[in-house]
Order: sequence, then C-alpha cells, then structure tokens
Amino acid sequence: MVMNIRNPHPKTIAALKRGLFLILSIPLFKLIADGVLDQLGANPIEKITRTTGYWTLTLLLVTLAVTPLRRFFGWSWPGRFRRMLGLFAFFYGCLHFLTYLVLDQFFDWAGIVKDIAKRPYITVGFTALLLLVPLAVTSTDGMIRRLGGKRWRVLHRLVYLIAILGVVHFWWLVKKDISRPAIDAAILALLLGFRMMDAVRKQVSGARSEEKRKSSNIDGPSSSRHPPGLSVLDGKAHSETTP
Amino acid sequence: MLIKKPSDIRPSEITPRELFYGRRRFLQLAAGASALALLPPGLAAGEKLPDVRKSDYVLPDKTTPYEDITRYNNFYEFGTDKESPAKLAGSLKTRPWTVAVEGEVRKPKTYDIDELLKLAPLEERVYRLRCVEAWSMVVPWVGFPLAELIRRVEPTGNAKFVEFTTLLDPAQMPGQRSAVLDWPYVEGLRMDEAMHPLTLLAVGLYGEVLPNQNGAPIRLVVPWKYGFKSAKSIVRIRFVEKQPVSTWMKAGAREYGFYANVNPEVDHPRWSQAKERRIGEFFKRPTLPFNGYGDQVAQLYAGMDLRKFF
Repeated sequence: MVMNIRNPHPKTIAALKRGLFLILSIPLFKLIADGVLDQLGANPIEKITRTTGYWTLTLLLVTLAVTPLRRFFGWSWPGRFRRMLGLFAFFYGCLHFLTYLVLDQFFDWAGIVKDIAKRPYITVGFTALLLLVPLAVTSTDGMIRRLGGKRWRVLHRLVYLIAILGVVHFWWLVKKDISRPAIDAAILALLLGFRMMDAVRKQVSGARSEEKRKSSNIDGPSSSRHPPGLSVLDGKAHSETTP
Repeated sequence: MLIKKPSDIRPSEITPRELFYGRRRFLQLAAGASALALLPPGLAAGEKLPDVRKSDYVLPDKTTPYEDITRYNNFYEFGTDKESPAKLAGSLKTRPWTVAVEGEVRKPKTYDIDELLKLAPLEERVYRLRCVEAWSMVVPWVGFPLAELIRRVEPTGNAKFVEFTTLLDPAQMPGQRSAVLDWPYVEGLRMDEAMHPLTLLAVGLYGEVLPNQNGAPIRLVVPWKYGFKSAKSIVRIRFVEKQPVSTWMKAGAREYGFYANVNPEVDHPRWSQAKERRIGEFFKRPTLPFNGYGDQVAQLYAGMDLRKFF
C-alpha cells in the first residue's frame, strides 16, 4: 500500500474516513467530558454555544476547500471526505441550535420567535441552518441519483450562501473584537474568490474555443467541455460525472 | 618640597568602582527587602484585608463562587475573552501605585494606594453585577464609598462629572497592544452618581485583596449600571465640567451610552436585556430596572427619557 498524495489507495481512503469520523467527533466528546468534569467554566451554556458554532463554521469552510484543492493540486481524494465533513457541519449546527433552544432559552418559544425576527444575527444564523437541511437530506447517493447530477449541483451551491450567512452571523454577534470572524471572512473570501476566478477563466477559454470552432467550421464536442468547477459533489459521485 | 612616596596599595588591589557601588547597591536592596518583609501584610492578591466591617448593603442572594468571579472576567486590557484576564493579569504590578485626583477640585492630590486603603473604613458590600452581555453575578466587594474620597478633595462648583482612567501600560497589560479599544480605558459618572452612597471604590473581594483580573489595586463599582461602567485598575480620577466620552461610547455610540443604567426595557441594539443568566444558574431570570437598586437611585433620573439617555 503505497501512500500517494494525489491518488491514495482505496484502503487508505477507507481508513482515513474512519479516522476522520473519530476526529470530527472529538469536539463533541470533549464537551461531554468537560461537562461531566465541570470544566466548562463559569458559563457552560455560553461555552457549549460557542464551541458548537465554531465547529459548524469551521467545517463549512473546510468543505469549501475541497474543490480548490482539486483544481490547484489535482487532489481529488479530499472530495471523498466532503460528504462526511458537510454532515458533521450540519450536526454541529443542529447541536448549536439545540443548545440555544434547550439550554439557553429553555423552549421559550415566544422569546425565540422574537429573537429570530428581531435580532439580525439570529435571523441569519437560523436561515443558514434551515438552508443546510435540504443539503443534508439530499446527501445520500440515492438522492443524488434521483435528483440527477446537474440539479443536485445547483441545489448544493446553496452552501456558498450558507457559509456567507454563517460568517455574518458570527461577525454580528461579537461585541467588539472581530478578529476571529474576520479570519473566517478572509478564508471564505479566498475560497469563493478562487471559484469566481476559475469560472471567469473557464468562460474566457470556453469563448475562445467557441470562436476557434466557428472559424475552423468544425462541429463536435469541445475538448474543454467539462462540468462546472463550482461543483460541490461528493468525490465518489463526482468521479461518476466527471470524464 | 614634595617628596613623593609610592603608594603601598598596588593598583591591582583596588576594587573597581562599579563593583564597589554594586556591592553597596546589593546591601541596600537586601536591607530594603528585609524592611519590606517586616511591613504589615495584606498587599498581595488573595491576602486577607484587615478590619473589614459588615455594611448594610448586603444582598440576601447566594454569592457567586470565588472561582467564577475570578476566572470569568471582561477586562480587555488582558484580552477579549473571559479566560484571558485570569491567565495574563499576573503581569500587572499593583505596587507602587498611585491615583491622581485632579481637575475641578480645591485639593488635588496624588494618593498612594496604601494611603487610599486607609482613607476610610473598609466595608463589605454584596452587590449584584449585571454585565451588558446579559449575564450576572453576586459579588461580595470590599471597599469604601467614592464619596469619602470626593469630599476630601473638595470639588469646585464646576465639577459636574467625574472621569476615571485605567492604567495605560502595554508592557503590563498585553491586551493594550491590540487596538480593539481606544486605550486607556476611560469611564465617567455624573457628580450625583459619583456621590451616591452605593457607588464604591473597591479594593477587595471575599474579604481579600482584589485579584489583578478583577481590577486591582482599586476599581469602581456602580451596581445599578452595566459592568463596563465600573472602571478597573484606576490611576486617575478627574473632576470635569463636560460629560466625559467613555471608551465604549467611542467604540460604538449607538450601542453604549454614557448612562448605561441596567434597564430591561431598553435592549442592546443586537440583543435583549430583558433577562439575564446568573452565573451558576440554569434558568434565566428577569433583569430588574436599575439592577434592583431602583428604590435608591431611580430619583437621580427623574424626568429623563431613559430610552434616549441609555
């Protein structure tokens, strides 16, 4: 089993997947352990809210790094972990909301409705979580097949909006020190900026080949025709749809 | 006629000047250190303050544990998260320390901290502390009314406001190396607020010398206002005619006003102030107008629109 960073062995991938699952569970187990050992500090509810929120946003940003890694370094294997990363982001997002619902507000529905309507940071945070639901629901292979690659991809582009809302949510809630949301915003800008550049480049080269095709009067598929670089497909499904 | 007799000390035997004085300095230091050891105790954080009497200002509520009061602090001079002050405030030197009392007063004076500690009888006061972030504590402070100090310096008729300034020293306060706030930290009170018997200059906590992360060696406590009004580690108290611009007003005038009275009716633009989580409790409790001190202080604001003067 030779470790090849561009194209690891399937067994390596499977082992990495199991390892990643454990790693992504660590924040949850650490919270539970700290809770049991009374190590969550003076304001445990705030600590749980912050920690789950942090991991939601961080994992969203990690999922968005998958495509740039493939385009830049030719690594397609991180795509094999994207579904798990995305589902963990959703999982921590749910825990984040449940912390707010149960621990912070204790089912004070009137207060929650008022918060969502009146507090912009809660409005955008809640919207982001709601938008994550269809992505999580359609994350299975069966759903990808049922929707078809193209429609699935369009739907999953929602993740761009979700990540932006997530960063805005974080930015708007901090009292004064915006350094951490600013770091997240910079990373997100980089990841989305990369996609925009990629899309522009493709459009330009597409237009060129179109011209070439017209001038030489040759019909037939263009060599540069491939699925849009904005694809957020899971690696496995992706390999089925990419030539 | 002068007959030169050769010196019977060889130059090599003469102690060099630096060493000679170095030794002298060492002896002086040693003497100073021994003298310091003989001084009455009670200067370092955590040491028992002597002669603290009980006061009438004691809440029946259960006090917040010492660990929580000293490990969950908003003290941006030591970082913007709550855990940093407890970790980093060790670099603050609280001796020697002076507090300059100046401005519109007949008797301006720079007080040494140890003089301030003996200025008036120290008393224990158990106050609610309500942070603008919607959490609260119950804190047994030790201190004396600010009014005691104000009376001694004899404010002139021009003294309408009092301005408090925190130490500015990025070497001791690493948080000041970041421009998150406009340093030094400045807060202010109206003269009648400053003279109010509830307004305290605190030097201790739980009967002991105030820990650095709680604003040592001396801080303000204004229990009916949000916590940020209570300036910590004060080096200057100035009496002025015009309303001071506080650090948080500069940071966000829309969100933080000069008065900052605890008010469940007036929300922070981004979050509700109707309820608070008392540290150590699960359920939120309703926030009380003026943090529960309305009977004592509401008349200070009679006729004022508290939505406008938030």
